Amino acid sequence: MDLAFFSVQLLNGLQYGLLLFLIASGLTLIFGIMGIINLAHGAMYMIGAYLVYDLTFRLGSFWLAILAAIPVAIALGLIIERLFLDTLYKRDHLYQVLLTFGLILVLNEAQRIIWGGDVHSVPVPELFSGRIQLTDNLQYSHYRLFVMGVCLALAGVIYWVIRHTRLGIIIRAGAVNRDMVEGLGINVRTLFTLIFSVGVALTAFAGMIAAPLTSIAPGMGDSILITCFVVVVIGGIGSIKGAFWGAILIGMAETFGSVLIPSLASMVIYLIMAAVLLVKPRGLFA
Amino acid sequence: MKTTVKKTALASLIGAGLAIGGVVNASDDPVKLGLMLPYTGTYAALGEAITNGLELAIARHGDQLGGRSVEYVKLDSEANPSRAPQNMSRLVRGDNVDFVIGPVHSGVAMGMLRVAQQTGAITIIPNAGLGAATNELCMPNVFRTSFSMWQDSYPMGKVAYDRGHRRVVTITWDYAGGKEDIAGFEQAFTEEGGEILQQILVPFPSTEFQSYLAQIGSLRPDAVYTFFAGGGGVSFVRDYAASGLKDSIQLLGSGFLTDGNLAAIGEAGEGVLTTLHYAETLDTPQNRAFVEAYQAAYGDMPDTYAVQGYDTGMMLVQAMEAVGGDTSDQDRLITALSNIQLDSPRGPLAFSDSHHPIQNVYLREIRNGRHEVVGIAHENLEVPDEACNM
Repeated sequence: MDLAFFSVQLLNGLQYGLLLFLIASGLTLIFGIMGIINLAHGAMYMIGAYLVYDLTFRLGSFWLAILAAIPVAIALGLIIERLFLDTLYKRDHLYQVLLTFGLILVLNEAQRIIWGGDVHSVPVPELFSGRIQLTDNLQYSHYRLFVMGVCLALAGVIYWVIRHTRLGIIIRAGAVNRDMVEGLGINVRTLFTLIFSVGVALTAFAGMIAAPLTSIAPGMGDSILITCFVVVVIGGIGSIKGAFWGAILIGMAETFGSVLIPSLASMVIYLIMAAVLLVKPRGLFA
Repeated sequence: MKTTVKKTALASLIGAGLAIGGVVNASDDPVKLGLMLPYTGTYAALGEAITNGLELAIARHGDQLGGRSVEYVKLDSEANPSRAPQNMSRLVRGDNVDFVIGPVHSGVAMGMLRVAQQTGAITIIPNAGLGAATNELCMPNVFRTSFSMWQDSYPMGKVAYDRGHRRVVTITWDYAGGKEDIAGFEQAFTEEGGEILQQILVPFPSTEFQSYLAQIGSLRPDAVYTFFAGGGGVSFVRDYAASGLKDSIQLLGSGFLTDGNLAAIGEAGEGVLTTLHYAETLDTPQNRAFVEAYQAAYGDMPDTYAVQGYDTGMMLVQAMEAVGGDTSDQDRLITALSNIQLDSPRGPLAFSDSHHPIQNVYLREIRNGRHEVVGIAHENLEVPDEACNM
């Protein structure tokens, strides 16, 4: 492996890792902080991609489509939390698993009814349609660089909100002891609705921003679900910092693993998870 | 609403068919066709296209088979291999169908073949491309009207060599269908004297191709041969173009890479070469008539799957005519089916001893968002079936 090839793969690994962080960040909030097992995470990612596909063609602009799709995603989160999850917090985790598994089926079928079974794509927005030359025969799209920037910026914002704001303190406290925070006069019910909606919106946003880089097809969210759980578990449940480094680690491992040890390509992330959990059973940053 | 339109269109076609087909003998018992196809889930569009093609063929011939009316028993296979044996048994033993038509998915085919062997039910496979169905697992009562992975990719090997490519990288998903496909290409390409630099297997169903594209860039082949389908096909062709590799390294592929995906692939697909046993742009009177009739009936352009369904219907029409509508003598029916030669929209179609289509495979290039037929990559190609002894 020469230096040029190594550098290109480093860039690929970093970009994939950052995108993984964005996709997993919603799960960190919902699963990591609120403790809700949301199996419909992948389906929400898919809904984000389909929304932006639909709205890009309706509104004629990718950016407008994202602006219009975010409120829809927040509304979806609101509805799901208030109508279904709200009644399940006091119950066993199994109920959340059943509910969110049901949501996968409902969202997947809704996708098929609204948008059909065909494969779609969203063109890369004009502004970032250029490419930089990496090696003599390889180029890299400006849009991928832009996505990296967005992911980094969002990582910073989420980290700052959770660590350094009053809202962040309340969120962390509410996750640890819901009753105590309620006793201090804070409306935890509203707080949880807020976090869940933001989590859904982040997940859907990941689908939106990834849409020009991927193909939009039924079931596209199913395969990312497991990877996201792996990222959150490796990083340490509830830790934004952990999810970030977990995502970078998995991104690098998949990128280099698939080329260097192709026979283990599909296993490599689980091997890493096993190794991390052996050394640090609660994850890297728990 | 949609069904009503469809029914009316079909009715008018039936009228036309009656006029051409002549006298139809009335019979008490309808011929029962058991359709075991996916009508929900990822493969629903394929199941629907096959059903449309099949019904169109039969409707165009007076909505009868050998003088008997036709009853369709449709069962949603859900493309679920674990339910295949049970579903097939239900059609054969429960509904007593005369013919089973299905499936789309190769995994489901494996389950169906087991029941086909136990029950001897006449089964026509309108899609699933697993090689074994007409080779190791072949049986007298099983026919296929579609393709095998090998059949569609083998001709590309010679095409690649003739175009001056000597060093090629192949890339596909790490699953049976993908591996059977690139094996056909690699066989033909190395027979000609070409070299396979590397065979890349991507975990199924990953569509994260960046690291593999970097690998291809550093290997510097003359061309890349690939098999991906559905979302994977769209992602690969778009990523390949976005990485700039397309400018220096020719992309070759199975027809399934781009079939049904052209709109989603967009500009990235221009110049990509693929081989397949059909192209909707095929300029023959048979295909033009088929496309016109299909559009009149369903409002859509037909695809490869619709043709496979249509030819399944044509097989039934001709075989049932040959036996005069008598389904009681199964051996006679099987002989009639094996002797069929069709003037199909895809070109001349006959069946090998293992009941697999002997057909043309076309070389197609994407130009202006359409599969233009460049030529016949291999004429009347028969697939290897040494392991079949029936």
